[in-house]
Amino acid sequence: MFYRLLSIVGRQRASPGWQNWSSARNSASAAEAHSMALPTQAQVVICGGGIMGTSVAYHLSKMGWKDIVLLEQGRLAAGSTRFCAGILSTARHLTIEQKMADYSNKLYHQLEQETGIQTGYTRTGSIFLAQTQDRLISLKRINARLNVIGIPSEIISPKKVAELHHLLNVHDLVGAMHVPEDAVVSSADVALALASAASQNGVQIYDRTSVLHVMVKKGQVTGVETDKGQIECQYFVNCAGQWAYELGLSNEEPVSIPLHACEHFYLLTRPLETPLQSSTPTIVDADGRIYIRNWQGGILSGGFEKNPKPIFTEGKNQLEIQNLQEDWDHFEPLLSSLLRRMPELETLEIMKLVNCPETFTPDMRCIMGESPAVQGYFVLAGMNSAGLSFGGGAGKYLAEWMVHGYPSENVWELDLKRFGALQSSRTFLRHRVMEVMPLMYDLKVPRWDFQTGRQLRTSPLYDRLDAQGARWMEKHGFERPKYFVPPDKDLLALEQSKTFYKPDWFDIVESEVKCCKEAVCVIDMSSFTKFEITSTGDQALEVLQYLFSNDLDVPVGHIVHTGMLNEGGGYENDCSIARLNKRSFFMISPTDQQVHCWAWLKKHMPEDSNLLLEDVTWKYTALNLIGPRAVDVLSELSYAPMTPDHFPSLFCKEMSVGYANGIRVMSMTHTGEPGFMLYIPIEYALHVYNEVMSVGQKYGIRNAGYYALRSLRIEKFFAFWGQDINNLTTPLECGRESRVKLEKICSSSLWWDHANHGRATEHRGKVLPSCYAACLEADLIRAGLESAKDITCSGPRLP
Amino acid sequence: MPAPTQLFFPLIRNCELSRIYGTACYCHHKHLCCSSPYIPQSRLRYTSHPAYATFCRPKENWWQYTQGRRYASTPQKFYLTPPQVNSILKANEYSFKVPEFDGKNVSSILGFDSNQLPANAPIEDRRSAATCLQTRGMLLGVFDGHAGCACSQAVSERLFYYIAVSLLPHETLLEIENAVESGRALLPILQWHKHPNDYFSKEASKLYFNSLRTYWQELIDLNTGESTDIDVKEALINAFKRLDNDISLEAQVGDPNSFLNYLVLRVAFSGATACVAHVDGVDLHVANTGDSRAMLGVQEEDGSWSAVTLSNDHNAQNERELERLKLEHPKSEAKSVVKQDRLLGLLMPFRAFGDVKFKWSIDLQKRVIESGPDQLNDNEYTKFIPPNYHTPPYLTAEPEVTYHRLRPQDKFLVLATDGLWETMHRQDVVRIVGEYLTGMHHQQPIAVGGYKVTLGQMHGLLTERRTKMSSVFEDQNAATHLIRHAVGNNEFGTVDHERLSKMLSLPEELARMYRDDITIIVVQFNSHVVGAYQNQE
Repeated sequence: MFYRLLSIVGRQRASPGWQNWSSARNSASAAEAHSMALPTQAQVVICGGGIMGTSVAYHLSKMGWKDIVLLEQGRLAAGSTRFCAGILSTARHLTIEQKMADYSNKLYHQLEQETGIQTGYTRTGSIFLAQTQDRLISLKRINARLNVIGIPSEIISPKKVAELHHLLNVHDLVGAMHVPEDAVVSSADVALALASAASQNGVQIYDRTSVLHVMVKKGQVTGVETDKGQIECQYFVNCAGQWAYELGLSNEEPVSIPLHACEHFYLLTRPLETPLQSSTPTIVDADGRIYIRNWQGGILSGGFEKNPKPIFTEGKNQLEIQNLQEDWDHFEPLLSSLLRRMPELETLEIMKLVNCPETFTPDMRCIMGESPAVQGYFVLAGMNSAGLSFGGGAGKYLAEWMVHGYPSENVWELDLKRFGALQSSRTFLRHRVMEVMPLMYDLKVPRWDFQTGRQLRTSPLYDRLDAQGARWMEKHGFERPKYFVPPDKDLLALEQSKTFYKPDWFDIVESEVKCCKEAVCVIDMSSFTKFEITSTGDQALEVLQYLFSNDLDVPVGHIVHTGMLNEGGGYENDCSIARLNKRSFFMISPTDQQVHCWAWLKKHMPEDSNLLLEDVTWKYTALNLIGPRAVDVLSELSYAPMTPDHFPSLFCKEMSVGYANGIRVMSMTHTGEPGFMLYIPIEYALHVYNEVMSVGQKYGIRNAGYYALRSLRIEKFFAFWGQDINNLTTPLECGRESRVKLEKICSSSLWWDHANHGRATEHRGKVLPSCYAACLEADLIRAGLESAKDITCSGPRLP
Repeated sequence: MPAPTQLFFPLIRNCELSRIYGTACYCHHKHLCCSSPYIPQSRLRYTSHPAYATFCRPKENWWQYTQGRRYASTPQKFYLTPPQVNSILKANEYSFKVPEFDGKNVSSILGFDSNQLPANAPIEDRRSAATCLQTRGMLLGVFDGHAGCACSQAVSERLFYYIAVSLLPHETLLEIENAVESGRALLPILQWHKHPNDYFSKEASKLYFNSLRTYWQELIDLNTGESTDIDVKEALINAFKRLDNDISLEAQVGDPNSFLNYLVLRVAFSGATACVAHVDGVDLHVANTGDSRAMLGVQEEDGSWSAVTLSNDHNAQNERELERLKLEHPKSEAKSVVKQDRLLGLLMPFRAFGDVKFKWSIDLQKRVIESGPDQLNDNEYTKFIPPNYHTPPYLTAEPEVTYHRLRPQDKFLVLATDGLWETMHRQDVVRIVGEYLTGMHHQQPIAVGGYKVTLGQMHGLLTERRTKMSSVFEDQNAATHLIRHAVGNNEFGTVDHERLSKMLSLPEELARMYRDDITIIVVQFNSHVVGAYQNQE
């Protein structure tokens, strides 16, 4: 089997045409070899023979799993992998993405040596151009991050750019970033090399075999139904690229994988008169929205236009992808931009305009991980046109995830569980990817909110707050107020408000924060994830005692700050739990935990218990009354004394507020300031809000938004789950020993052992830099300075 | 403002006559009293009937006025800049795109563009567009009012409801009736696609609703139990006739509310033509009453455009209509029923809603006018009985329905009032819209395929294409584009800005002499969907 594969590769290499269609067609005979009967059983079935599927197979087999079947509906390395522009770039906006790309780079570099298959790997380096000062800041931020993880890169002058690439027009540049170790490589050949290496390690590869659906029993993968028969398996990996969405939904228990394809165009030319050297660096001109690489003596240039063309909204078939139309009119702005950057190319002859669809996700980050609904169902897809750069690293992390239960890095930002079914609407995806694709080359300023697919989940107070000047952000589909623009103040238009410097809303948030500290503010926090756990017997307590690090056997009415820790002691979730009565608990978690936390609880709850777990997020509107005068407002509304003597901190009581009875009042604010959280059944929300506002008037009450909340938290050093702490951070490392009931922790627990052996002391403060960075950033913004990110990332860590 | 204006306005507005006055002007005016360089002299025929002469008296003042006004103004004063021209042309434009569906409910209509340009003040044309919610299909119509806008307004509000109800199956009618009976929420019948300027009268809605309800109650009672397929053609005819009947009845019965009473009379005594298209999949029905027109734009295999007329004008140019009128009335009236190409020498269209002066018996007319409000009594026109009025009714609202099965080459449908067809040949209309739409959407894509093209050449070509797109197609709306041509075309068939500017800067009192109200709806079909329907069978 493997030799046949090699023969494909050989033939492909023999003809000079990279991505040569005809050679791929010739390989049909080779493919027939694999159409023999499928095995009836395997440990893992991977669907998708592109770079993702082969990379997962490669890494799994390297890590010692042998019983793996890889299925491909067409031929290996077809689809997006075949059309890929072949640029490997490590300059990414997220550290985890940089790490994946860096690993991929190293992997592809030695792949030819390892497998003997030519991959066309050439270290060309890449140059990112800046036409504006803002772009240069953006590049400096990336540069700093790259240096932190040890990837060489530097900021260079336009003059240096001209030396590195003689065709470039550099007159309009203010600077650039040079990443010398970036490379170009043929992605199809990489995929074939990975496949052949995997094949040598025992992975069985079958092409022309389509997965119809995945069989699931009791929330666990049991097998795969293909057009050639069934395969029983424990693990299924969906690497189906553009088809991943539909494949996910084809199960009886659907798995939502929110992604959508857009047409993507790039141009191929014939060689220049003096053919470009294969070591000519790749150029990314984000302000001109284009990338340019050398290709067989000529150039390959494409880009991410402002007005993308989403396709396949209504589903698609394999054939369509091969026959997509070239659209020159659509490409015109990019062509203009190319000729502005390289005027000498005017006379260069066109060879082809390639239309290769790419998939995009709602937040421009790829999707990996295990489905929250089906155990054993893994996904790796939605690469936002960086599949080649991420392929190696993403495959490795997913393989680790499957083998060890955890990837070696924190990948929460890419985790499938950051999405729920609510991001799965086709209309939503179509609209959102039209915004995401241009964002590839837009300036990425801090605190940017998506404009499409909004107002999906809202609090009952939405209209009320909106009328009072609320500006909104979105988290997990939920609209949350950022801040409230006073009636007499105008803010900049959206596009102009993009800045790395002091934002125009800063003074507004400052006065909101001041009000929180001196009087009282009300923040609508309805987006927080809220679960109720009840049981008829003592199971609720038992299960929670097992799952949470702090002691939950507290008197009724008490609130406990605690975390859900994993085997390594890392935070899976950071939450507060109120004991409503002996057998029922109310759990409050961050907004984006809705899917993850639910899956984690379900996974670890005993199956046959009479435990009732309910998501009550939608049932309550949460108002946060923050500030020293909150006590006065609430006691006036309830005719009950609210002083600390009667209502101590971290206490929860059902009481009446205004006319409404049964409001869950908690003496905590998530900010460290005095005040209360009110959990209000939604039908009372408007009433309670109106009452609070009218009574609060004499205490100087005002609306506040999440930016104020954030600022307050940072000042108090409260960490944010997912940003400051994650599933690799243990309580000891972030100074939260007080939230752990040590007696509960079994002595064999791994992380505690580590702690005892000094790891904790060694790592104590590991989390601090990011928290510190946030503080510092706030300070700098206050001082009107540039963002602090690059300073702290490259600077020394705190002790 | 020059003095004549002040003189003139009290005159025309001194009583509620203004509307009626407009009527008087209409009757001639549509072709009799306009002496402008653009209207051939041959059209200026004068009727010598005495009643008519009195009727037209105020016209002389008007003439003086216009003369004076013209004299006082300098041409420069009225010269409009291109943005000003655009803002006038685009003031009433409206576009609707049928939302994309998930592959299931695909519509054979991509969307429509509509627009109207007033010549009368206020405009007497109306337009309507709505999607049927309880049955499939979409309704689009243009309505040309005369003797005021009351009738066209009422028809534009009400006709689609009558059609939709006629199309409803028995069960749905029952359901709706039960809902009304028990005070529950009604099933929505129509989803309107309206320009903000297209209004519905709030005051009359209750009255209109009651009449509509009576209609569906009768439909329910008439149902014999055997559920037969509803024939669209029949439904359209019934709806037209029924609405006209209701308009007539409401005026006879009157309304205790004096405002409403006056309204129903105004509706009945003014008139309106209607041209309505019902599109459901590949089935296209056009129901026409009067002289508006529906034109299908067909793209031939060689890419050229040809026009297929889907309606017949009901006027003196139509032999069959002349024939019909003569047959419907005694031989003795053969000469008087159509005189000077007008019904009884007065009315241009031979079929219309309202216009009870041509429908009711003399007795009835007199009775209603006498018992009617004073405004009506003061009104010369309403009192005036058409000459040779022996065997009413002379006028009907019954439409002529044409059916057309859509083919992939049928790209669009133009519905327009006679204001457009008077100024442009149908072939030109179809060519202009066709070129506009293909230019917008299907400018022939470029493919490199085998030729030696350099980047520079390609760039030049693309830039050229883009500038062409942006300059020629400054209109986002096919109807606006068509109006621009209709009003601004010079003898070479291209838009002449100076001419356009002059035509649009005419004072509203004058505009009617140079052009009529123009209302256009351009419906674009989805050839893929139409083709798919075809392949299914």
